[in-house]
Amino acid sequence: MASYLPVLPGIDPPNHSPDYRSTALRAPHLPPVRLPADALEYAGPEVGAARLRPGGSDLTANGLAQGQRILIHGRVSDERGCPVTHSLVEIWQANAAGRYRHDGDRYDAPLDPHFTGAGQVLTNANGEYEFLSIEPGAYPWGNHANAWRPKHVHFSLFGPAWASRLVTQMYFEGDPLLPLDPIFMSVPDAAARQRLVATFDLSRTQPAFALAWRFDIVLRGPQDTPFETAAHG
Amino acid sequence: MAELTPSQTVGPFFHLGLAWPPAPALPGGVSIFGQVLDGAGTPVPDALIELWQADAQGAPQLLGGLQRVAVDSEGRFSVESLTPGAADRAAPCLLLTVFARGLLRQLHTRLYFPEDAALHHRDPVLQAVPPARRATLVAVAEGQAYRFDIHLQGLHETVFFDV
Repeated sequence: MASYLPVLPGIDPPNHSPDYRSTALRAPHLPPVRLPADALEYAGPEVGAARLRPGGSDLTANGLAQGQRILIHGRVSDERGCPVTHSLVEIWQANAAGRYRHDGDRYDAPLDPHFTGAGQVLTNANGEYEFLSIEPGAYPWGNHANAWRPKHVHFSLFGPAWASRLVTQMYFEGDPLLPLDPIFMSVPDAAARQRLVATFDLSRTQPAFALAWRFDIVLRGPQDTPFETAAHG
Repeated sequence: MAELTPSQTVGPFFHLGLAWPPAPALPGGVSIFGQVLDGAGTPVPDALIELWQADAQGAPQLLGGLQRVAVDSEGRFSVESLTPGAADRAAPCLLLTVFARGLLRQLHTRLYFPEDAALHHRDPVLQAVPPARRATLVAVAEGQAYRFDIHLQGLHETVFFDV
């Protein structure tokens, strides 16, 4: 089994984050138990093409959905910088008005029959992925008075091991709601927080069709042994 | 070295992106059911469970072993798994993760089987768990299935692992 380094403090949010009120009764109180380095959690299943759905890279029904069309793209790599190839990336998000196509979403913003709100792709041989979507709207939630979630896209990734599994959210550069959001702000380290923020990417903008945002993702991955590190200088 | 992307909660609407069709019972497999409960003992109606295991020889099950199920409005789930084997000194187990609104990072736990009690005392992961808490990781046989309730918090808090 390959060796994995622990996640450095400050990167992942603590589950007990009082400003995000739903954590109060759900965050465990007892400290987690450290696993041995050779635990099964440091291997993982191959999760690939079997989980794709038709049209999984296009959430817009060929561009018919309402709102600002955006290309969301990026590269998935591990901590060594190696690409995570042929691996499942799943996303879901609210529509341009801030409404999810979900029975539990009671916000009275309109649904859009052309916007599915979910997509799946595999990364390519360079670890790259892309989706055609719509810029999501912000939406209100009940966490505190006049609380609004900044616009975001949910991401789910697997990577090489059970330990590298990541569910996260992509935010948009320049969103004024970011510093007010207890979920975004739950990431303790400011630089780590910034890694959740997609950057506007003029180079991938599609003229007369869609803007583009870049969101690179780094997953946990196996470490080189000290011997190999020395051998590579 | 590249720097890790932080985790964020799966939120309440994950079904939209993450729902998989239910998997049929697997020949020679095991059926697991249970309930996810919060620190007040209230069912958690919006959790997602993922499950994976070793193959019959105790090696990582690379293909076809991953299951994913959402809980229902009462926090209940049922999931079909392959029957795991175990490597030397280890007891067979299933790996489970819990995602939910209010969890900013998924929780990792393990399900062990009650009939393997004689192996539990030498399993290196169970050995790392305080003895008084090990029972939270052992499923209860009920009929042809195993019950495994997950207590996120409280008196019966399930053991979670720092992975």
